[in-house]
Amino acid sequence: MELHLILLFMICGSIIAVETKDLISSVISLSAIGLGLSLAFLILKAPNLAIIQLVVEILCVIILIRATINKDLPLIKDGRWLFNTISTFIFISCFLIAAFFALKELPVFGEPVMRISSEYIASGMEKSGFANIVTAISLDFRNYDCLAQVAVLFAAIVGVLAIIRKTGKAHES
Amino acid sequence: MKVNEQGMTLIVKTVTRLTAGLILVYGIYITLHNNTGPGGGFAGGVIITLAFVHLMLAFGKEAVLKKINLSKCVSLAGLGAMIFLFTIILKAAPYHVNLASLGDSAIALAVATGLFAMFLALVLLIVGNGEK
Repeated sequence: MELHLILLFMICGSIIAVETKDLISSVISLSAIGLGLSLAFLILKAPNLAIIQLVVEILCVIILIRATINKDLPLIKDGRWLFNTISTFIFISCFLIAAFFALKELPVFGEPVMRISSEYIASGMEKSGFANIVTAISLDFRNYDCLAQVAVLFAAIVGVLAIIRKTGKAHES
Repeated sequence: MKVNEQGMTLIVKTVTRLTAGLILVYGIYITLHNNTGPGGGFAGGVIITLAFVHLMLAFGKEAVLKKINLSKCVSLAGLGAMIFLFTIILKAAPYHVNLASLGDSAIALAVATGLFAMFLALVLLIVGNGEK
């Protein structure tokens, strides 16, 4: 029941974020959607994901407000509205038809399908020695997954360095 | 008490001086208690980044850039990634060492300094474009 209320709130927030004219209002309603997602994770009993979603949302809102606070982007209204509307409806109908056939194959919501993860839950605590099962899975069984995430972050930092440096090293005399 | 021209008003600066340390300690707590409660390296690292972003928003960018600059941030992020790789190699060797706290601290170091480096790059880039 609470989950449906929060989903309704998030849908209303996303419609407001798309349709409003002001950029600051759009960013603030986007942050409300993120808070609702964090609450939904808490109701679905995933506190790790809730904490990560909350703090990443705060950082994203700070960066977005910092980026949009002096910008006054004009809203483009004229143009090929007929073509845009028709193509939008075609894409939405394609997506809905594909989702109808894909969602029929999924299990019912709330009924987990355990193939390899039942082994983790059954004997993960004794094998790894952790008290938290999420830490045992993410830092013991799927440690290479974590390593790939850190590698992605490292690649992003290398990109930041390449963008921020103004002059190459060959030109410094 | 000296009132700087940079940053926000005196009220914001005083509250920031009280709360930034608490946010930093909470980030370290979330990182180190990965074993007993919810949390972990990624969430703790982002909270540590938020403490520095908080200081930077309140006191202006010169006050933070005196303490830590972009190249130092990038070196620390690389160091965190290397420590995490080291813990994985040590786990693959037949020692059965329990290194979860060290690995999570390394993730927190890499995430915190990496995200703060991205924030610094965005701020420097926007300010640099505005001056041109």
